[in-house]
Amino acid sequence: MFPDPGGHFGRFGGRFVPEALMAALDELTEAYDQARADEGFVAELDGLLATYAGRPTPLTDAHRLTEHVGGARILLKREDLAHTGSHKINNVLGQCLLARRMGKTRVIAETGAGQHGVATATACALLGLECVVYMGEEDTRRQALNVARMRLLGAEVVPVTAGSRTLKDAINEAMRDWVATVEHTHYCIGSVMGPHPFPMMVRDFQRIIGVEARAQVLDRTGRLPDAVVACVGGGSNAMGIFHPFIPDTGVALIGCEAGGDGVATGRHAAAIAGGSAGVLHGMRTFLLQDEFGQTQVSHSISAGLDYPGIGPEHALLHETGRASYRVVDDAAAMAALALVARTEGILVAIESAHAFAGAFDVARELGPDATIVVNCSGRGDKDVDTAARWFGLLDDAGGADAAADPRG
Amino acid sequence: MQSRLDERFTAAREEGRSLLVGYLPAGYPTVDGAIAAMRAMVAAGVDVVEVGLPYSDPTMDGPVIQDAADAALRGGVTTADVLRTVEAVAATGAPTVVMTYWNPIDRYGPARFAADLAAAGGSGAITPDLPPEEAAPWLAASAEHGLDPVFLVAPSSSDARIRLVTGISRGFVYAASLMGVTGARVAVGTQAADLVARVRATTELPVAVGLGVSTGAQAAEVAAFADGVIVGSALVKVLVDAQRSGAGEAAALDGLGRLAAELAEGVRAPVSASA
Ligand SMILES: Cc1ncc(COP(=O)(O)O)c(C=O)c1O
Repeated sequence: MFPDPGGHFGRFGGRFVPEALMAALDELTEAYDQARADEGFVAELDGLLATYAGRPTPLTDAHRLTEHVGGARILLKREDLAHTGSHKINNVLGQCLLARRMGKTRVIAETGAGQHGVATATACALLGLECVVYMGEEDTRRQALNVARMRLLGAEVVPVTAGSRTLKDAINEAMRDWVATVEHTHYCIGSVMGPHPFPMMVRDFQRIIGVEARAQVLDRTGRLPDAVVACVGGGSNAMGIFHPFIPDTGVALIGCEAGGDGVATGRHAAAIAGGSAGVLHGMRTFLLQDEFGQTQVSHSISAGLDYPGIGPEHALLHETGRASYRVVDDAAAMAALALVARTEGILVAIESAHAFAGAFDVARELGPDATIVVNCSGRGDKDVDTAARWFGLLDDAGGADAAADPRG
Repeated sequence: MQSRLDERFTAAREEGRSLLVGYLPAGYPTVDGAIAAMRAMVAAGVDVVEVGLPYSDPTMDGPVIQDAADAALRGGVTTADVLRTVEAVAATGAPTVVMTYWNPIDRYGPARFAADLAAAGGSGAITPDLPPEEAAPWLAASAEHGLDPVFLVAPSSSDARIRLVTGISRGFVYAASLMGVTGARVAVGTQAADLVARVRATTELPVAVGLGVSTGAQAAEVAAFADGVIVGSALVKVLVDAQRSGAGEAAALDGLGRLAAELAEGVRAPVSASA
């Protein structure tokens, strides 16, 4: 089973952080191990997931999409219906309960799309913890709605103006905060990334998606699906739905990376398809970097996928071939977003739209007898402005803007 | 065999003083400008030079070093430029080490980087985000090329972790004076003396203290309990301020020399902090 005690997933993962943080990571690893074995902790988390977050989330038969792709049965795991509108709440409730158990009074988080920030602000409000969210300045503009949501929930949102002003820089700033405040502060990382134990712990908290989905598919169809498809930013919704299916070797696990303008243009966020192995944010993994090991800036219309790295367990699944990764560019994702809205009446997050676009291709490849589970990781309310600009749906007031490049 | 760092620390111990270790990033304001600045530091009394390798994601640095590194990268500085800088600075006779995040070495190839660093006359490298658990390839490469691998301890380090770090460090041990990123502080952390004492309980290696030291008085205070006093942001800030105010290179080097001289005086006049 992965990871090993040092947090390695094969040659990936580990802990590449300053010595000052090592004690905190050891403390967190130990606290997590104890909590996970403590029935009281598990019961409290399960209770919150059921009565507060709205789990289990449904599995929806997407009949009209099935028709659209030529017959393959498309089933949607509806994380968009979880409280706060995405899968991020699963991880955050776990980590914030753990933070409280460890006696931490303050929680910090990074956020790209704002969904992880909103989820963290929500859990902190619920549990009475102080909350500070770092967000790249560029993202505070394209996800302005979520900035307001976090502030309404009582969190302090700090726009980060360093570097590329996106998710990777928000992570840098959160790490700088943490090293100085670690005594009373927990860093609630939002994906299956960072130094050990985060990739393992976040995966475990997100595993509920796959556990439910697997049981729901078996119950609904009487067999396992042929493929499970998810979008991959850091990779938490994908790891969460993949993990319980890993022993089911007949189930194809397919991650969709954000292709931006296309991998060939260099303006993308596809760490596996267009990156190489290296170290970033405390982990060894695939990342976008130049020949000198400097991180390259990623590009995606989706703020939540706009990250130059990927969780280390995905790097391993890619190398062993247990999962495969494909690229979905901005245009394909936006077309999928529109199609899902019109055929199923579900406005999905642009992140999730990448999974849908990938799943449509997989459905055509596998043919009409296949069953495919798509992880609908979040809802698209936060993306209405971006989508309206992309499709030119704004009338006069926004008309001038609508003509501009929607990718900003 | 004694390395150049070993020799310098031994000599300083005999003189009853601490060594002054000065950090500047390569490539700021330009590659040649940084070389001139490092040489000016040495001329003014800096004993050991840390050549910073500018990195895109400096999670352990405060705003001053971030800004300088950012500007250096925008100016196109490369790993080869860093090695050229080491060569030019080591030629002054001052032991010269590279201070770098791990990924640039990882990408260059640890064995190749060690070979090229040694060929440039470098004494070793400080690698703050490379933990002992992941250090095997770098330790082997350093040993093969006679380089001193320098690792860090922090106030939060357990005694067991301090033993782990001192067990693999060569040249000196870098003690982070406080929990935080680089940058000047009003006062040097009180945790520093305590940490140095805990390190000394595990090793004969010299201990240098860094983070937060910016004045001659602070240097004197740290010199009372540490073998080395490391100064970074305060020196970088002289260059950043000169760049912003449009002062010429001569004025910048002048200011840098004055601060280095003040710090050099401090490490020669240790003052025990009043308890
Ligand atoms: C709805 C949604 N899906 C997916 C992601 C990407 O994160 P991950 O790859 O960790 O699931 C995000 C991140 O913000 C998100 O908001």
